[in-house]
Amino acid sequence: MKYKLGTYAVAAVMAASPVMADLVFPSLSYRTGPYAAGGIPFADGYADYFTLLNERDGGIGGVETRVLECETGYNTEKGVECYEATKGEGSLVYQPLSTGITYQLIPKTTADGIPMHTMGYGRTSAANGQVFSHTFNYPANYWNGASGAINYLMSQGDIAGKKIALVYHNSAYGKEPIRTLEELSEKHGFELMLVAVDHPGQEQKSQWLQIRRERPDNVIMYGWGVMNQVAIQEAANIRYPMENFIGIWWSGSENDVLPAGDAANGYKALTFHGVGSDFPVFDDIQKYVVDAGKAAGAGDQIGTVLYNRGLYAAMLAAEAAKTAQEIHSTAEITPAMMRDGMEALEITEAKMAELGLPGFGPSFSVSCENHGGPGLIGMTQWDASAGTWSLISDFAETDMEVIQPLIDADSASYASENNIEAGC
Amino acid sequence: MSDQLIYASEVFLNGLMAGVLYALVALGFVLIFKASGIFNFAQGVMALFAAMTLVGIQSGQVPFAHLINAIFGTKIHHFGWEVHSIIAIILTVLVMILLAWMVQRFIFKHLVGQEPIILFMATIGLAYLLEGVADLMWGSEIKKLDVCLAEGACLPQGINVAIDEATYNLFGYGFFIDNLDITATIIAILLVTALVIFSQYTKQGRAMRAVADDHQAALSVGVSLNYIWILVWSVAGFVALVAGIMWGAKSGVQFSLSLIALKALPVLMLGGFTSIPGAIVGGLIIGVGEKLFEFFMSSGDLAGALFGFTMNATENWFAYVLALIFLVFRPQGLFGEKIIERV
Repeated sequence: MKYKLGTYAVAAVMAASPVMADLVFPSLSYRTGPYAAGGIPFADGYADYFTLLNERDGGIGGVETRVLECETGYNTEKGVECYEATKGEGSLVYQPLSTGITYQLIPKTTADGIPMHTMGYGRTSAANGQVFSHTFNYPANYWNGASGAINYLMSQGDIAGKKIALVYHNSAYGKEPIRTLEELSEKHGFELMLVAVDHPGQEQKSQWLQIRRERPDNVIMYGWGVMNQVAIQEAANIRYPMENFIGIWWSGSENDVLPAGDAANGYKALTFHGVGSDFPVFDDIQKYVVDAGKAAGAGDQIGTVLYNRGLYAAMLAAEAAKTAQEIHSTAEITPAMMRDGMEALEITEAKMAELGLPGFGPSFSVSCENHGGPGLIGMTQWDASAGTWSLISDFAETDMEVIQPLIDADSASYASENNIEAGC
Repeated sequence: MSDQLIYASEVFLNGLMAGVLYALVALGFVLIFKASGIFNFAQGVMALFAAMTLVGIQSGQVPFAHLINAIFGTKIHHFGWEVHSIIAIILTVLVMILLAWMVQRFIFKHLVGQEPIILFMATIGLAYLLEGVADLMWGSEIKKLDVCLAEGACLPQGINVAIDEATYNLFGYGFFIDNLDITATIIAILLVTALVIFSQYTKQGRAMRAVADDHQAALSVGVSLNYIWILVWSVAGFVALVAGIMWGAKSGVQFSLSLIALKALPVLMLGGFTSIPGAIVGGLIIGVGEKLFEFFMSSGDLAGALFGFTMNATENWFAYVLALIFLVFRPQGLFGEKIIERV
């Protein structure tokens, strides 16, 4: 009897243990709530890429991948709960997909030794790897976005003496570019006009009346959710020229422009990755994932901006895992090894072409000092009649002369607040 | 006229228009509260559900398509036809009546006589349930709303050129008034007139008022409480549809529509929970108040010169502050009933 009970106990413990054979990639998704329309395509793209690797390549380095999805509803408390609930499963890297969750998880992931990737969001100064050892935000951050917008405007003509408005979500996220834009305004001689929009942004009449009165030459928007759609509609209502209206990448998906219909034609948005589905990898996704009935969603989001972003995040995670396997000469990597892989990640044009994503994103490499990548930014534009985004510029450098001191100052303040000794 | 005064006049007019939109949401709350004493937390979600249903029917979407496809492995999404806006609105109203019947049959019938807080909690549950059902039924992507009565006669959006030109000729500055807001104002006037006529001059309306005054007395003279509550929830569902159309035309039909309820709360606090005129007047005061305050505080020439600083994004909190100031002087709201309980 004792022998039997012992056997059952061992079996139960074994059954309860994480399946170490899989490479686990948690996905803190939000398929419900006010931001579900943005969360679903990202989560689908992220999951579908790993399904593709399993179906086509047998996983990464011969080990199958497993996407562990946990619903956050874009809620910070739920996001932290998801992290606590999934970290014991052998999770290799977290994509919190929310600036609020990122701020909560920075100290936790560092203490637990699990890397976190916040691509195009989160704490910008996490680009300083000497302070933020386990947080990565390559290939671009909010401050690169602000500088990228100004650089683009400068490429179109002189901006000295012009008035540029920032319409921003009145939250930590929306306020991120203010300091950078203030510095850039001083450097290039343009006037910065700040226009805040409270959450959720369903009513913006006052803000757009102000813009109509003060007639800024350009408007840059850092919005999210319903704020984007209402802002684009209000801009169209006051006949603000769409060509002069630029959104950050979280204000530049199909969701944001479709409700305004033809009026959104010509609206621009920053990006750090390619648009559309004209890449070989999408043929493979169709064949191995969608046609096989293994797609995370209905398969109708492929090629949309946010699906592509999710797929790009998954690709970068998979490449970092491959790098980790090479560095440590083992296929079954741990979170600590994954962190090493992320810090040694190198994305080249040749590698992107080999992955079926030629020219989809910029070439870059990550280092211990620089967890933020090169911050190369491109510009996209919406064609309402075709219903497509087009990349209308190359991925161009941003003003690191302005951004780097800001990153250094903010990360130094974080280090002193948290008694972190910076170094590699 | 000074520039600031001209701009303030434009803001004032836009505040009135915004107030009408707030009042449209608040009306639904008032109708249900007045007839049943229930503060319907689900009113915003009802607007979302109604607007999603309208777009779904219009575009010929198969309800629960994702669920059906997931269970049966099919790939159906659309019926392949499009439905005219008027027919779609009629069908949506029928769906809202069905919803009213279900709410009454499965929730409130079992809660008759319970404390108001229990009924309120039930509406919170209803809100979450309805959110999930709406997503499951029609999908969570953002949908463009086009309500067209005839070819080329769709809900208008954008600047009203006649007002722009007239004010430009008068003041040298053209006022911006959104055509959608003007349409919403006309619809709100018609809606309130219809509601007043219905409640004052029809048998059902009088029965509704009788239940609102004293439901036990109404029961004793043969008024069916069940029928009246279904009627009230149906009317509130119709008002939710109108609010959903007006707000959905601005932002697209999406989950955030349910949050418009937040805009109605200060209106209700100010106007009173039991008065239809209160909802309208409250909406106008809140709309004008918050817009003028935002204009004043964000202007360097005004707030900057007076206080040495400017503020943005004041509308959300200022609406509540304004309502609270009114409450200090009239706790029952502007038009609410004064409740006196003697010990």
